[in-house]
Order: sequence, then C-alpha cells, then structure tokens
Amino acid sequence: MIPLNYYLILSAILFTIGTAGVFVRRNLITILLSIEIMLNAVNLTFVAFGRALGSADGQIIVFFVMTVAAAEAAVGLAIVIALFRHRESLNPESFASLKW
Amino acid sequence: MLLLIPLLPLLGFLVNASFGRRVSKAAAGAVACGAMIGSFAVSLLSVVRLVQLEPDARAIVNQVFTWITSGDFRADFTLRLDPLSAVMILVVTGIGSLIHIYSTAYMHEEVDSEYARYFSYLNLFAAFMLVLVLGANFLIMFVGWEGVGLCSYLLIGFWFQKKSASDAGKKAFIVNRIGDWGFVLGVLLVFARFGAIDFQEIARAVAAMSPEAGFGTISAITLLLFIGATGKSAQIPLYVWLPDAMEGPTPVSALIHAATMVTAGVYMIGRNAVLFSHAPQTLIVVAVIGTATALMAGTIGLVQNDIKRVLAYSTVSQLGYMFLAMGVGAYAAGIFHLYTHAFFKALLFLGSGAVIHALGGEQDLRRMGGLKSELPITYWTFLIGSIAIAGVPFLSGFFSKDEILFRTYASGHTILWTIGLLTSLLTAIYMFRLVFLAFHGARAPAPVKAAHPEEEEPAAGSDAATGTDTAHRAGPSHPAHPSHGAHGSGAAHLHDAPPAMALALIVLAVGSVLAGYVGLPGALGGGDWFARFLEPAFGVHPAEDAVAEHGLEVTLMLVSSLVAVGGIGIAAYFFLKNRHAADRLAEQFAGPRRVLENKYYVDEIYDAAIVQPIRITSENGLWKVVDARIIDGAVNGAADTVGAASDLLRRIQTGSVRAYAASLFLGVVLILGYYLWP
Repeated sequence: MIPLNYYLILSAILFTIGTAGVFVRRNLITILLSIEIMLNAVNLTFVAFGRALGSADGQIIVFFVMTVAAAEAAVGLAIVIALFRHRESLNPESFASLKW
Repeated sequence: MLLLIPLLPLLGFLVNASFGRRVSKAAAGAVACGAMIGSFAVSLLSVVRLVQLEPDARAIVNQVFTWITSGDFRADFTLRLDPLSAVMILVVTGIGSLIHIYSTAYMHEEVDSEYARYFSYLNLFAAFMLVLVLGANFLIMFVGWEGVGLCSYLLIGFWFQKKSASDAGKKAFIVNRIGDWGFVLGVLLVFARFGAIDFQEIARAVAAMSPEAGFGTISAITLLLFIGATGKSAQIPLYVWLPDAMEGPTPVSALIHAATMVTAGVYMIGRNAVLFSHAPQTLIVVAVIGTATALMAGTIGLVQNDIKRVLAYSTVSQLGYMFLAMGVGAYAAGIFHLYTHAFFKALLFLGSGAVIHALGGEQDLRRMGGLKSELPITYWTFLIGSIAIAGVPFLSGFFSKDEILFRTYASGHTILWTIGLLTSLLTAIYMFRLVFLAFHGARAPAPVKAAHPEEEEPAAGSDAATGTDTAHRAGPSHPAHPSHGAHGSGAAHLHDAPPAMALALIVLAVGSVLAGYVGLPGALGGGDWFARFLEPAFGVHPAEDAVAEHGLEVTLMLVSSLVAVGGIGIAAYFFLKNRHAADRLAEQFAGPRRVLENKYYVDEIYDAAIVQPIRITSENGLWKVVDARIIDGAVNGAADTVGAASDLLRRIQTGSVRAYAASLFLGVVLILGYYLWP
C-alpha cells in the first residue's frame, strides 16, 4: 500500500507545474492545458483522501470537477478561437486593449 | 350641512379652474356667483338653526373626518358654528356674494380665460376664509389662514404682467409670512402647554386658571398669535402690504382687503378671547398697537392722492380700532365694528371701483372732481358709506365705533380714548376730503397720460401683456373714454355704474345705514342684542356695571358725534369752499406734509433696515461664500477626491492576464495562509 503522503506530494508537484505553466507560458492553449493539470492535481488529492479515509465523498466530487473541467475547456477553447480570429495571435499580452 | 358652506365655493373654484376657459363669461360668472349665493343661503339656514338653540348651547358641530392622529396628538377636521363664526360666515358669504355680482360687471372687459381665472380665485378665497372662520381647532384655522394668504397673493398680482402688481403680490405674501411665523409658533406653544389644539378644550383649560400677573406662557402664546394677527390684519409693524395691495382689481380690494381677509386677525383674537383675557400684558400691547396703527394710518390717509390708497389707509386705521377694542377686552364691540365696517368699507371700495371704471382707470383724486351729477348712484351710495365710516349718528359706523370708544373710556384707558377720538376726527376729514375732491368742484384738466396713470411705471410685460391691461382700462365698450389725452376728458359723458354694480352698491348702502341697529346700545333704548348674541362665544361676561353708565355713554356719544360732524365741517371748509386755504396750509406745513405723503418713510426704513441687509448678506455671504464656496466646494471636492484616487488606482489595471492571475493566486495563498497558519 502506497502511503497517503506520496499521493499528496505528487499532487502538489502537479499543481505547481500547472501554476507555473499558467504564469510562464505565452500561448493560450498551453495555459488552458496547464489549468487542466492543476484541476487534475486537485482531483488526485480528492481521490487519495477518499481512499485513505474510506469515504466515497472525495470520488463524487471528482466527478463534479471533471464535468466542470469539460465545460470550462469547451468555453475556454471557444473563447481562444474567437480571440485568435480577431488578432491572429495566441499571446495573452496582445489582448490588453482595455487597460488604462 | 356646515360642510356645504366652504364646499360650494370650492366647487365653484374647481369648475371655473378646470373648464372656465372653455365657457363664456356669463357661464363662468354664473357658476361663481351661484356658488357664493348658495353658500350664503346655506349659511343663513345654519344661522337660523343656531339662533333657535338655547343661548348657552348655541353651537353646531360637524366633524367631517379625523385628519391626523399621532401619539397624544389628534386633529379632527371639524367645523363648528357658534355665534362668533355665525357673524363671520354671514359677512363673508353675504358681502362676498355682492362683490361677486359686482365683479361680473367690473371685470367684463377681461378675456374669457382671465375672467374665469379671476372668479376661480375669488371662489377659492371665499372657501378658505370660510374654513378659517368655521374651523374648530387651530390647525383647521391655519389651513384657512394660509389659504387666504395665498389667494390674496394671487389676486393682488392678478394683472401680473404689470410689475408693480406682481411686486405688490409678493410683498403681501412675504409680509404675511412673517406674521404666519408668529402664528405657527403660537400654535405650537399652545399645544406644548395645553396638549390640545381645539379651541373649546383650550378655553376650558385656561378658564380654570387665574389671569397671569407677570409675563408667563399664556402671555407668550398670545403675543405670538398677535404677531400673526398683525400680519393678516395689517397692523404696525406689518401693515405695509395692505396699501400696496391696491394694485389688485378693485372688487378684490373690497372683498379681501376691506371686508373679510384682513379681519381674520381680529376674528382670531375674538376666537381666543379667553386666552387673551388671561394675558393682561398682551392685551395692553394689542390696544396700544391698535391705537397707534389707527392714528398713523389716519394721518397718512389725510394726504394720499390715490383714491384707493386713501381707502386702504382708512382700512388699516379702522382695523386699528378693532384691535383697540380687543385690547380693552371689548370683544363684542370689536366684532361689531368688524361687521359694520365690512358693509361700508366694501361699499366705499366698490364705489371707488365704479368711479375708476367710469373714468377708464383714473385713480388720482387730483384729476377727478364734479362727478356728482354724472355718477348719481355712485355718488349717493359713496356718500352714505362715507357718513357711516365717519361716525355720524344713526348710521352703522356710529354705533360700532362709539361702542369701542365707550368701552375704552370705561376701562380707564383715557389716553387711548383721546387718540381714538382724534382718529375719528381724522377719519371724517379724510373721507370727506375724498368725497369733495372726487365728486364736487370742477374736474381738473387731465394731463396727457391721464388714460393710463398706472403705467407711469415702466411696463414690464410684452405688448400683448399690456394689451390686456389697457383693454381693461379703456376698453372699446366704453367709447366715451378718451383713450388718449386730455381734451375730451372734461367734456366726455360718463357712464354711471352698470346694473350689476349698482345693485351691489345699493344693497351695501342700505346695509351701511341699517346694519348697526342690531347692536343698538342700551343707552339709546336698544338691547345690545349683538353683544348678547356673541357673549357665549367669548366665554367672558361684560361687566354688569355698564348698565349704570348710560349717562356717561350718552355723553361720549355726543362728544364723538360732534367730532365726526366737526371733521366733516373741516373737510368741507378746506376742500369744498376754500381749496386755496388747503393749499396754503399745505405750504405752511410742507415738512410734515412730505413725511405724511411718504408714509412716514416706513417703506424706506424697512428697506434700509431689513430688506437691504438681508439682500446683502444673502448675496455676498450666503450666495457667494456659503453656497458657491462651501456647499458647492464640498460637492466638487468630494468628486475631485474620488477622481484623483481613481486615477491612482487605475494603474493596477495593466491588461496583462498573467498579472491578474498572479494577483488572484497570491490572494488565495494569503487567505489560505491566514486561516491555515497554525
């Protein structure tokens, strides 16, 4: 049996990678992928705790998260496509016309 | 049924105000007159019912609805008819009806919509005045009190295209406002002291007390109420609006500024007679102010040249008499004078209106004269009114004025009595000066501008605006009036009063002769019925020892009759027989004469002492500093601060998605850190 901490450490690493990706990458698609990684890191934590505590709650929440993630990906990709058609660019820095 | 009395004129007002401009003059006039006459009929019926009751239980109460209840405070919309208000409603509706009838002829040169507007105001005024006199508590009275002030403003400024008229309207309104301030404070103090505003409850509460020796709450209450009365009833120091109010149409002067509205102050004191009786200090003030006003206005009236202004000062002077009566505790005598004065002063004003109407707007006495043969009805009725007001025996003015002077003398105020007598002499002189100048002698050649004397002041209105006015002054329906200039004036044939006006004049003349007989004093074989009828309303019984002084009363009557006849004689000598003597006298006393002609410079003093300081502080202090700097500064400053802060804060809005995400992340970390930190 693998100890709980291992799961948590892996989950933390994944979450950090996702966060770093959101901040560092300059491509909107990559940023969306990074957000997916962060969500799945959280999913892993839920499942790990659910297993460790012998409760189904964690796994149920994971289903909800996956649903939301699917919806988010659909909406997010749609926005990205619209933005791309507008500016011919995927760099988030090019969408700053509403700043001061 | 009582409700109908003010309701009928109110309906007349609503009808004329809503549909008046679409119907003919005849219809508008008929609605207005019908409403007033109906109201008069209902009043008569109500008074008949009242008289049939037991003397001590003479009151008809009509509680219409509960108006306000709040905690201990309760104000009902209640109308109450007692002997005092019975006299008042008969005067208001009776004289009011006559003046409405008179107005149908006097105002017929106005265009239809103006005509309807005039009658709607007149009806509204009557409705408010009736509410004032029928109201059973201070609050209802106050509704009427403010309402008549409003209507006064509307009617004085009826020809609002003329600057002097709209100014006079504003002056009346603002001066009245000062009085109303005192009145409101008085009412509030009454409520604070007695916890009630119903006249009956207050009277009962006060009757249980003993009169105040020093200056206490009741004195303060009555003094404040008296300030209200000085405003409404044109007494020193707030009388200045009444002479200016002559800018309004003449029937308005007759109705509002002679017969009814200005008596509201006198009525209010009579209504609170018990309260005032318990404040001897205030009563002295009332008597002194009344006497001073009577004398002052009488002297000013002596030298005025505008026919209506003479009558206006005469009104102020007669109101002074009424206050003198109130001040010496002769409430019935004061109301009696109010009642007789309503007849002859309405008559005099309507007579002067007939003169002005016939002369196409001429108001200057110096340009009149010799009208006796041309305007016989006007002359004879005017003469009767003058005799009545002068106090010649056996006409109405004699009985009421004598009653006041006798009561004053009997109460020991010899100085006030002497001044009152002197004023009575002045009254006879200025009234007969008016009669002789206007109706006797030869017509003075009128200067070129004679047809439009009022327009000496620069006309403020547009051409169309002055057109209405001019049409009234020298309308086409009076072809005899010379529209321009001088030469025709003397020779032109003048029309006497048309039937509607003549009817009102004659009825009022009969009233001026006979009205006094309801109060025939005991000394002359009468029974003082009027005073006896009113007694229960005042809650004070006149001293029984008055009966013993019949001898004194007759003596005083003789004295004042002599004074009245003497005054007429003096006027006849100076203004009928020997006008040069009058001119010489005027030259000899040029100084005092100038002071009188300028009305003791009171308007100028008020302007310098009150109006200008207020104007200057308002303009330079309140406007340019408080409003422009402080208030506007605070508002603009708040906006500027927000603007500057926003200017700084918007720098955060970089537009970089990653910066937003970073701040979001940082925020979450900080919040979680705060809660999860061990």
